Parts: sequence; C-alpha cells; structure tokens
Amino acid sequence: MLTDIIIVLAIMILGIGIGLIIGNKPKIIKIIGALTSFSIFLLLFILGIGVGTNDKIINNLHSIGIQALVLTIGAVLGSLICAYFTYNLFFKKK
Amino acid sequence: MKGSLIILSFFVLGLIFGLTRFLPESLLESDFSIYALYLLMFLVGIGIGTDRSSWKVIREINIKIVLVPISVIVGSLLGVSAFSALLSDISIGEAMAVGAGFGYYSLSSVMITEFHSDTLGVIALLSNIIREILTLLVTPLFVKYFGKLAGIASGGATAMDTTLPIIVRYSGKEYAIIAVFSGIVLTILVPVIVPLILEFL
Repeated sequence: MLTDIIIVLAIMILGIGIGLIIGNKPKIIKIIGALTSFSIFLLLFILGIGVGTNDKIINNLHSIGIQALVLTIGAVLGSLICAYFTYNLFFKKK
Repeated sequence: MKGSLIILSFFVLGLIFGLTRFLPESLLESDFSIYALYLLMFLVGIGIGTDRSSWKVIREINIKIVLVPISVIVGSLLGVSAFSALLSDISIGEAMAVGAGFGYYSLSSVMITEFHSDTLGVIALLSNIIREILTLLVTPLFVKYFGKLAGIASGGATAMDTTLPIIVRYSGKEYAIIAVFSGIVLTILVPVIVPLILEFL
C-alpha cells in the first residue's frame, strides 16, 4: 500500500511540474479541467458500483449515514473552536 | 452545490447499476479504478501547477495567515478523533482519514476507497459533502459565534471556490484572500495527509 501511495504522490508532483512548465495557457487549462471532472465522475461512478454490489454496505447504509454526520460535526466543531482562538489571538482588531 | 449534486448523481447512477447487477460480471470484477486514480492525480497536479494565481497568492501571504489552514487541520483532526469515541465501528485513524478530507469529498473519498475500503470511502464522501452543505447553510451563525474565520474554517478546502461567496458575504471582502489561501493549502494537502493517516494510524 505504501508503494501505491508513493506512486500516487509522485504522479501528482510530476503533474505539478508539467503544469508549471505549461503555464498560463487558458485552452489547455480548460481541457485539463474537463478531464479532471471526467475522471472524478468516473471514479465516483465506480465507487457507486462497488457500493451497490457490496451487501455489507447496502445493509448498513443507515448507520453509515449517521457515522458520516457525527464525524462531520466533530470536524466542523473542532475547526470552529481552533479558528475562534486563532481569530481572537491574531486577527481581531483591538 | 451544483457540483456536489452532479457528483452525487454519478455515484447514485453507479449505485443503481451495481444494485441491479446491470453490468457484465467481467466489468464488475476488473479493478481499473487505481489507473483512473493515477489519471486523476496527474490532472490535479497539472491543475495546481498551471494555476498561477494560486502561486501568487501563496507568495504574497504573510506568516500570520498560515495559522488559518493549520487551525483547520488541527481542529478537524482533533474534532473527528473526539467524536469517533461515539462510534464503535470507527477507529481514530479511520475517523482522522475522513476528517482530513477537509470538504474535498471527491478526492478524499476516492483515495480512501482505493487505499482502505469502500465502506470508509462512502463515509468520507457523505461526511465531506455534508461539510460543504453545512458551511453553505450555517456560515452566518458560525461567524456570529466563532468569529470571522469561522466560515473559512468550516469550509476547509472548499473555501477557495464553492463556499467562497458565502464566506465573503458574512466575513467581509478582506477575508477573501485568506479564504482562498487556506483553501488552496488544504486542497494541496488532502492527497498527502489522507494516505499518510491511512498508512500510519
């Protein structure tokens, strides 16, 4: 798995390098954006198929939804509390 | 919001195809999603590289602003860790991987699916979409009680695009640049932090 992660990150860094070389070419950037959306749609479609054929997930969809909601509340609340302190200590104009 | 609906509809379409076993068995068995992920990461990289305005924003920023994405990272990870105690099926590491999506639901769910499991991938997808929707709906209250960085913190990676208008509306124009900066930093860090958490926790 670690090798997979390294491959994925190396591919992204390669992309950043190529992107920096390409620079500001609106036409190419537009095509890249469309391809990015396409591959996201494809991957989410594949995830949907994986979930649909996985009885363990389908039978637990209710509890999966609740878990997602609980984790979201945790993430947002934690961020808000940290942001509150950062704002009052460093950003608020006295 | 429109983007998340489109993405959700592709997910639901796949779900229906899977549920009805509408596709040939061979296609269901073959696992080409890792190659699709390679393609996506390559494109995301090019997107980051060609985005000159992002690089400019990062270069012109002062040190204080770096504290904003750090607050979001620390707050998100501590928050999900604490709340994972309420969930018997989720370990702290799994909760942190979901939280490290920072609202970037497409990439985080895909990576978690690939490197961990479909179940956690779905949780990440839902959780991070809820985060975006929550930010769009409740930012006025967040700002009132948690200060002007609240919308940026709640929005996470989405603060640079989908939730930016609502943040600017309730925190003011002078917070736009901070929102974009924080969003960019978190967007770049999602594909780094999520796999690291999955590998080591």
